[in-house]
Amino acid sequence: MVDKATEIKSVKVDGTPARGSFIQAVAAVVWKDLRAEFRSRELFSAMLVFSLLIILIFNFALELDVKTRRSVTAGVLWATFAFAGTLGLNRSMAIEKDRGCMDGLLLAPVDRSAIYFGKVISNLIFMLIVEVIVLPVYSALYAINLFQPGLILVILLGSIGYVSVGTLLSAMSVQTRTRDILLPILLFPVAIPVLLAAVKASNGFLTGAEWAEILLPLNLLIAYDVIFIAVAFMVFDHVVEE
Amino acid sequence: MITVKKLVKRFGLKTVLRGVDFEVQPGEFVALLGPNGAGKTTFLRILASLSRPSLGQIRIAGYRLPDQAAQVRARLGVVSHLPLLYGDLTAEENLRFYARMYGIPHYEARLTEVLEMTGLEARRHDLVRTYSRGMQQRLAIGRAVLHDPDVMLFDEPYTGLDQDASSMLDDVLKTVAAQGRTVVMTSHDLARAEDLATRFDILSRGLISASASSAELKQTNLLSFYKQALAG
Amino acid sequence: MQPKPVALKVLDLASIILLAISTYLALVFAPTERVMGDVQRVFYFHIGTAWTALLGFILAAVFSVIYLIRKDLKWDRFQVAAIEVSLVFFLITIVLGSIWARPAWNTWWTWDPRLTTAAITELIYAAYFMLRQGIDDPDKRASFGAIYALLGGLSAPLTFFAIRLFRTIHPVVIGGTNPEADGGFSMTADMRLAFFFALFAFTVIFIDLFWNRLRLGDLQDNVEQLKLKVSM
Repeated sequence: MVDKATEIKSVKVDGTPARGSFIQAVAAVVWKDLRAEFRSRELFSAMLVFSLLIILIFNFALELDVKTRRSVTAGVLWATFAFAGTLGLNRSMAIEKDRGCMDGLLLAPVDRSAIYFGKVISNLIFMLIVEVIVLPVYSALYAINLFQPGLILVILLGSIGYVSVGTLLSAMSVQTRTRDILLPILLFPVAIPVLLAAVKASNGFLTGAEWAEILLPLNLLIAYDVIFIAVAFMVFDHVVEE
Repeated sequence: MITVKKLVKRFGLKTVLRGVDFEVQPGEFVALLGPNGAGKTTFLRILASLSRPSLGQIRIAGYRLPDQAAQVRARLGVVSHLPLLYGDLTAEENLRFYARMYGIPHYEARLTEVLEMTGLEARRHDLVRTYSRGMQQRLAIGRAVLHDPDVMLFDEPYTGLDQDASSMLDDVLKTVAAQGRTVVMTSHDLARAEDLATRFDILSRGLISASASSAELKQTNLLSFYKQALAG
Repeated sequence: MQPKPVALKVLDLASIILLAISTYLALVFAPTERVMGDVQRVFYFHIGTAWTALLGFILAAVFSVIYLIRKDLKWDRFQVAAIEVSLVFFLITIVLGSIWARPAWNTWWTWDPRLTTAAITELIYAAYFMLRQGIDDPDKRASFGAIYALLGGLSAPLTFFAIRLFRTIHPVVIGGTNPEADGGFSMTADMRLAFFFALFAFTVIFIDLFWNRLRLGDLQDNVEQLKLKVSM
């Protein structure tokens, strides 16, 4: 039998910022989101079904025959990811707001940016899982091989940029009166550089364009990711405090 | 344990707290009473480091707010009328998550201890979504004491609870207070407050207008003291 | 209510006079451009409004940073004033450009990097006002506004680069030629006078409107304050 007094003493925490506790907090947020999501699967199934519906609509709206397919595949994919992405971002932050959980997170003695990075990583994982399912479906439907390392890299970089800005903006939009409709209106205009660069780079890989032509949008994607993660990291405190 | 000097909080042009002075000794259980809109929740949110003061000094457990917020948060347990729990996680998972967020070392034994204290040991593997309001609130208290805080803040913990749930919550609150913690609780339920607290402060129109210890209240009852404080 | 400052009244008057002179210079004084004819005259106001609008958006991003550091609502009022005036000026820029583009490029609109970036910039700042509308707490509204204006200010130039990427693979979008080449011209001395005068005039007009908008914001605050006093 453990002595009660020593046991209680051992759970005391100090709150002095330490690197280990920062990473542990980020990991805790990710673990919590994945755990809850793999149990309920509500966010994930909504994103996936929505993605497939968008592709279906594009199929008829654009008459995706063999000729047009080549030029519009990248655009269709990114439009699908963007729409499905906002759905997931919105829901993921609404869960934090609903039962006051955001306050619970903010009460923990860790730097607030740990919460931001935790949410970014779990949102990114949800988005990547949806993308990983959409790609083979699209490949099978239209007989295009989308499993190219270059394309995967672009999808990763594009999703990072999209999710990092989207997570910041969703933390803002859930605190407004118009929370359900505001996120896409806020997110799309500022995410245009990442979407356009991603479409351009994806197209380059799919059409076998020259490396020099792909490098430019790829650099733009990396620049966008770096700039916006840095800014979000700096301003996230102002989003959650009163 | 808690020292607040000339605390002012403004929301834009509206001044909610206008120079609150407030002092709590270690081990005291202070009930913060007052009508709706008096600024009780705002005051507690500032103590909890969730809201920034506009002016004034705050010290909790020897640390200043807001610049030493992380140290203060490590010594603070907060229960609000919202449970601050995830419905799609089990009770145990919720506690484990917060234990990691707080950086508690060797937390597994502590989880069981807290679940026993709140009487939820038998349902530790059930989703919090399936819990009744009262059980959620008890788990919320378990979450708040997980890191063995010196100071506890309760914001209207009885909101939405029925008679049975309230009296079970009473027991848990008494256990928490008996462990030598300093407690500040807001409430508009005078009877519950009278039962638990050692001191009663009245917050009205953004100021602490009266204060009395339970010993001083022996002669008169809490209700007439409360009415007098609000009238004066 | 404080009366309008004399300096602002003078500036109001100066703005009207400068606008009149600039209109005269653009429509009468400057020679008719050889190729495009009279429609080229919109160019003076087009550049005048574009330059001041961009100046306003850049100032707004600077005010964002200052607000986030200082947390003084004064900078929020500066930001709103700058963005509101710039939004209108930029809309004028786009409309004038469109009027010019019809005969010059044979279309009201093309998806050229500049035009597209302008349209997206307008959407960003429209979203900015929608965001602000949904928040009641003035401090939170100011923080969120500042963050969004900062993100917008950073993403607009990146949007311009991103669209340029597309222009290199779709060179046919605007008739196979470069927009600068298609409709470019060299200025005579009189044109240059009208051009620089328009830049100067619109800068003064911008400052005048900015100042008036700031004053309006202060008056709104006063009204709110009086309303609060009455309701107390």
